[in-house]
Amino acid sequence: MDSHAETAELREQFETPAQQKEISTLGMWIFLVTEIMFFGGLFLAYAIYRREFASVFALASNTLDVVIGAVNTAVLLCSSFTMVLAVRAAQIGSRKALIVFLILTILLGGVFLGVKAYEWNQKFEEHHVPGPTFHLEGTTQQGPAQLFFSLYFTMTGLHALHMVVGEGLMLFLLWHAYRGKYTPSYYTPVDVGGLYWHFVDIVWIFLFPLLYLIARHQH
Amino acid sequence: MITEAVQEREHYLNASYGIKSWLLTKDHKRIALLYLHTITFFFFLGGIFATLIRLELLTPKGDLVSADTYSKLFTLHGVIMIFFFLIPSIPATLGNFFLPMMIGAKDLAFPRINLLSWYLLVIGGCFAMYAMLAGGVDTGWTFYVPYSTNYSNTYVIATGLGIFIAGFSSILTGLNFIVTVHRMRAPGMTWFRLPLFVWSNYATALIQVLGTPVIAITLVLLIGERTLHIGIFDPARGGDPVLFQHLFWFYSHPAVYIMVLPAMGVISELVSVFSKKPVFGYKVVAFSSVAIAVLGFLVWGHHLFVSGQSVYAGLVFSFLSYFVAIPSAIKVFNWTATLHKGSISYATPMLYAFGFIGLFTVGGLTGLFVACLGVDVHVHDTYFVIAHFHYIMVGGTLMAYLGGLHYWWPKMSGRMYPEGWAKLSALVIYLGFNLTFFPQFILGYLGMPRRYWTYPDEFQVLHVMSTAGASVLAVGYLMPLIYFMWSLRYGPIAGPNPWGATGLEWQTASPPPAHNFDETPIVTTEAYDYAALAAREEVKVG
Repeated sequence: MDSHAETAELREQFETPAQQKEISTLGMWIFLVTEIMFFGGLFLAYAIYRREFASVFALASNTLDVVIGAVNTAVLLCSSFTMVLAVRAAQIGSRKALIVFLILTILLGGVFLGVKAYEWNQKFEEHHVPGPTFHLEGTTQQGPAQLFFSLYFTMTGLHALHMVVGEGLMLFLLWHAYRGKYTPSYYTPVDVGGLYWHFVDIVWIFLFPLLYLIARHQH
Repeated sequence: MITEAVQEREHYLNASYGIKSWLLTKDHKRIALLYLHTITFFFFLGGIFATLIRLELLTPKGDLVSADTYSKLFTLHGVIMIFFFLIPSIPATLGNFFLPMMIGAKDLAFPRINLLSWYLLVIGGCFAMYAMLAGGVDTGWTFYVPYSTNYSNTYVIATGLGIFIAGFSSILTGLNFIVTVHRMRAPGMTWFRLPLFVWSNYATALIQVLGTPVIAITLVLLIGERTLHIGIFDPARGGDPVLFQHLFWFYSHPAVYIMVLPAMGVISELVSVFSKKPVFGYKVVAFSSVAIAVLGFLVWGHHLFVSGQSVYAGLVFSFLSYFVAIPSAIKVFNWTATLHKGSISYATPMLYAFGFIGLFTVGGLTGLFVACLGVDVHVHDTYFVIAHFHYIMVGGTLMAYLGGLHYWWPKMSGRMYPEGWAKLSALVIYLGFNLTFFPQFILGYLGMPRRYWTYPDEFQVLHVMSTAGASVLAVGYLMPLIYFMWSLRYGPIAGPNPWGATGLEWQTASPPPAHNFDETPIVTTEAYDYAALAAREEVKVG
């Protein structure tokens, strides 16, 4: 990798630090647009099949544990909050606070992934994993019911994969924050990493109602 | 390979030496050359498959290869040519090299991501070649389900992964270009002073960024369906195979414009320089690129006219498809208008530009045939479609790519190519191309389906013509490969601006210094202002 000086200071292709910061941020925003299109394909598939198999999707959705889902949503929202505080800490040059808030963000992300793993494990126990042993009580349409869970696993799986990447990013930021690399005049990576973290959060904000809440009124 | 004369001063080629200085380079010019070598390799690899296809079709019977092998040949031809040659072709080589120079920047916004994108293409290519060597893949480059998920017994997953990875290469190139054009322009380089090559690459980048992620998720679902039977495309579980086609073409139709828009940008440059006139209707041509990028996202359903899509959807997609003809025609008419009363030179790049305009027009007009619901039912999946898109992809993109390569070669290498040989090769390619693909329009109209390794005897004359044309074409493509290499050592030394062009890339030395410009240029004139250029030259001489 590059020397410490080059990454912390102005890269050679730029004229000013302000240009460098603007460019990094714009780059991340465009990357997030590609992510929207990536998840968009899945949301499209979900929309089509939910419309086609509304009642089965409702039935399948109601087997998900809404309390666990809601708690996990809260955990993720808190992690976004600590991320904001981390960016703020970097902005005002408080190295200690930056480290603390990054650690908190990593921990909350870890809790989310742990709960997710527990939920997936439940699916195996309940025979709700698409495959030869799949069975959903209360419907003869086992095919579309499997579709719901295929979408559930694909969507939450890809979301979790993004969370894992995010945790990696946070560890990277933590390491550099520990080494005191970020100052009020240079903290772009924290800012850009935060953007990514919030995006992954927002994906979950869409996944949670679509997967957990669509048929709660039928209880 | 560079002799002393060029080596006198420091430039990007001799700024550092050794394999490491290339494999770890962050210089967009060197990365462009890495891409150039890679896609040249893939072009000739894809060409070998094309050759085998044409040889098999020389006779009506399947006497050279088996049906299974034939399916693998056309699949690999398509996969290699589309994903590993045409999509990276102009943006990743000429765009990479010249887009930063044209806007007066020292480099792209993200040099390391630029290098990463080259590695991703190479890694993706390795997966595709692994699939090829392990036994090939026979689904066609479109990977339609359920064949690709449930029945094909070939290397679908390895090929799919290869395309998935190469897709990220394309996304990152697009991302880099968008940010670079927005934020790295030299002082005075306003949006409407940008060379049209930059506009067209910008429009291309929009498609790369918005479209490619969709093929990525589609391939993820395809691999999920094939390995875990997730059911998304499987009717047995309520899934819909047509959904695959929608998702696939949502990317793959705009991908056509990823391939052809940069080519149009090259042609705008060539037509202007070699008639010494500003491009007629600059702003309209610039916006027509963006219009093509936007409209390109609204027409994917015209690939599904006979796939069980509703007739109403078909009607809408047919109607919208015609709209693409408007910005495309604007370009063709404006190039023609640019020629009017121009001081026209018939240098090799201009010959390619003429070739492009003619062949693209044929390809575009036949596109209207296939966009028409009723006609498409007749010619769908026939050689008519094959001929149509080869007129766009080969007659269009490849001609422009070669034209651009000749045009910018002196800047890239510091040396001129041999003009006589180059003119001859342009002519050979033009004739060979038409002999190869024009008979295919007739074949398709008469009912010859695509992807068959045998055919009725009465089609043989046309197939023989096509194969003969392909041999001519092969000679035409080998000639530049040889004389470009020859020119690296023996070509006449090129000055900074051998064509008298206006772009900023011509105002620095050939080959350019590592940081492109000795000092950041300040732009005071519109694009293609030949009068201002002449005035500047006079001041210098005076």
